[in-house]
Amino acid sequence: MTGKGGTGKTTVAAALALALAAEGRRTLLAEVEGRQGIAQLFETEALPYEERKIAVAPGGGEVHALAIDAEQALLDYLDMFYKLGRAGRALKKLGAIDFATTVAPGLRDVLLTGKVCEAVRRKDRAGWRSYDAVVLDAPPTGRITRFLNVNDEVAGLARFGPIHNQAQAVMRVMKSPETAVHLVTLLEEMPVQETMDGVEELRAAGLPTGAVIINMVRPVVMDGAAVASARDGQRTAIAKALSQAGLGGARRGGLAERLVDPLLAQAHEHAERVALERAQREELGSLGLPAYELELMGDGVDLGGLYRLAENLRKQGLGVA
Amino acid sequence: MSLESPVLDIDPLIDDPKTRIVVCCGSGGVGKTTTAAALGVRAAERGRKAVVLTIDPARRLAQSMGLTELDNTPRKVAGIDESAGGELHAMMLDMKRTFDEVVLQHTDQERARAILDNPFYQSLSAGFAGTQEYMAMEKLGQLRALDAWDLIIVDTPPSRSALDFLDAPKRLGSFLDGRFIRLLMAPAKVGGRAGVKFLNVGMSMMTGTLSKVMGAHLLRDVQTFVAAMDSMFGGFRSRADATYKLLQANGTAFLVVAAPERDALREASYFVERLAAEDMPLAGLVLNRVHGSGAAQLTAERALAAAEALDDLSEPEDPDYPDDADDADDPDTADAAGTADADPVAGNPSTPRLTGEFDESAENLQSVGIVDQPGGKAGLRTADGGEGTPSTDSADTSSPESPTGSPAFPAPAQEGDAGRSTNPDPLDADRLAAGMLRLHAERMQLVARERRTRDRFVSVHPDVPMVDVAALPGDVHDLEGLRAIGERLAQGQPTAA
Repeated sequence: MTGKGGTGKTTVAAALALALAAEGRRTLLAEVEGRQGIAQLFETEALPYEERKIAVAPGGGEVHALAIDAEQALLDYLDMFYKLGRAGRALKKLGAIDFATTVAPGLRDVLLTGKVCEAVRRKDRAGWRSYDAVVLDAPPTGRITRFLNVNDEVAGLARFGPIHNQAQAVMRVMKSPETAVHLVTLLEEMPVQETMDGVEELRAAGLPTGAVIINMVRPVVMDGAAVASARDGQRTAIAKALSQAGLGGARRGGLAERLVDPLLAQAHEHAERVALERAQREELGSLGLPAYELELMGDGVDLGGLYRLAENLRKQGLGVA
Repeated sequence: MSLESPVLDIDPLIDDPKTRIVVCCGSGGVGKTTTAAALGVRAAERGRKAVVLTIDPARRLAQSMGLTELDNTPRKVAGIDESAGGELHAMMLDMKRTFDEVVLQHTDQERARAILDNPFYQSLSAGFAGTQEYMAMEKLGQLRALDAWDLIIVDTPPSRSALDFLDAPKRLGSFLDGRFIRLLMAPAKVGGRAGVKFLNVGMSMMTGTLSKVMGAHLLRDVQTFVAAMDSMFGGFRSRADATYKLLQANGTAFLVVAAPERDALREASYFVERLAAEDMPLAGLVLNRVHGSGAAQLTAERALAAAEALDDLSEPEDPDYPDDADDADDPDTADAAGTADADPVAGNPSTPRLTGEFDESAENLQSVGIVDQPGGKAGLRTADGGEGTPSTDSADTSSPESPTGSPAFPAPAQEGDAGRSTNPDPLDADRLAAGMLRLHAERMQLVARERRTRDRFVSVHPDVPMVDVAALPGDVHDLEGLRAIGERLAQGQPTAA
């Protein structure tokens, strides 16, 4: 799940993880940006570098969550592949881990995506996949292709050897039909532009695009034509209607009459936005990707709101396995 | 009641010749770049020789400043009013080119080639996350060193934590000091200095491990890279330190940009604390996209109640309900009369409608009566179910509303009464008015929410000066729009100094 900053990608990622967990399935919701956004959403304490159950979905499913930390992931990785428990710690002392995860930030992305893929491919003793689905709250749209594709780049750098193999394995998962990159956007110019660019980049890199999820959709109360009709020649009638509704006198200077102009101004802004949104929706339509819409939750998304969003996604058919 | 904080006065800040650098920082999507550009336009038109360094501007915003390509050098922005003696330049950061320039500047031709051709360098400089931060700071240092502008306005990269750019110089510094870097360089140097070999059995064991993990040739690439960079590390380091000091210096002002949303202000709060911890001079907080209302005296609750009352008036015209209205015929005629007695308003609308447009059917007349009840919809629906229920229903629903609704009704209703007969399309006006009231209610709820979020910030940081910038309905993509934002930043003051 990617999206421009401020579009609510963490929220939508969490809602999708919940939706996918419905009816007894098991999902993992992972974050990689160290922001503890998942913990905030689910109203729990900060997540450690450890998968833990964070929510129960309708029908008995489970959402597990994991905040992936690059440094831990590297030590993990070293331990898992090279049994480097002690040497790993020595590397840390030397500043090598710090180097790998911060100063050479590309490696950081390799580690993060590597951990996600490990969770995707992990199997339990009986040979079943540990998770039915893994939802990654990924970096923003502007960086997503580079982030997911970083292993391609690394595989090119390390032309053979263990890193090369690991990078290749990650890329196989990322580019497989099992992966879908969903893009969260608002019906505003910049997020839509970023979504358009993002999809183009993803496609160019051969990464599988999923759906466009239009978040925080506000209802259309009036369009431009309605506002124009209100403004031109209906002021008096509107003042009277307001008055009728108990908001004071409709005569010039009356309470209701004085409301007309500011209310019209707000209606005009609304209509302008409606027109802009219409254009943005059309532009998104040209991508040819399935689109889903989630309504704006005025007071922000609390836990209850998250479940409603998940339900809404399921109703629209996203998150139904 | 809302909390007050000191006002952030933008004009004195950008006019002060001692202000040499303004850094706009904040989380993604809060209008940082637009703020930086608007400040640039305003400063220039007030007489400063300003340059705006943007990192990743939206296409149309970039075009508005004439930035059509990344060429990594400031370009003069056309269309600026230079009568006050100022001018505006703008540039977009090209990371790779900035990095290349640094390399070329700090080492001889041959080594520079070796570095630029190194595959490790190529992917590092092409924009792994993090490079942007280093390079933004590097470019800031360069622009400052050129001393060709008296005000530099920097937009910071859309960082994961919004703070990375602060850490960048330090991280580089600590990395260069690190033992790891020496370790990496060791084998490359060993060739030249055989004696070192003996000292470092442990180290060669470590390089063995590294080689196992990374693959020998990748390790070699990294080593060559690091070795080649070795010559310029000194320069790199001192520049990183210098930039960091520059940020702490007197002529620098940080503006934290946020929007009145929970997450953005949480980041802003964190940023304010962090800047204090780093001894970085904070000028204040720019709160973008703040909503207000010209009709703030009308609360959301009253607006909604009024909208519902108007819905009730127009309901018979709703195509969804014609049958209901029909069915409701009998029970509700009586009911309407009853309500009219109880509520002086209820009878009024039906009268003008009789004489107005609604001449064709008795149904309309009757249903107009019905929907005058505050619980009109419910009343109509239950009317389907059985006789008698609607009247009790409507009595129930209307009573709780009457305390707020009734007292205000009588006087205006009489006015309305007189006007209705000349009204060309009363129903339409009712609907429009109801829509406008709903929008207003939504707006007032938003205003209240923003207020709460803002207050939370102010409680924690009562001393941070703040300026609210009113929301625009659309995005800004021309100088005119940037000027308008500039005016809002300066609390409505026109540009002229």
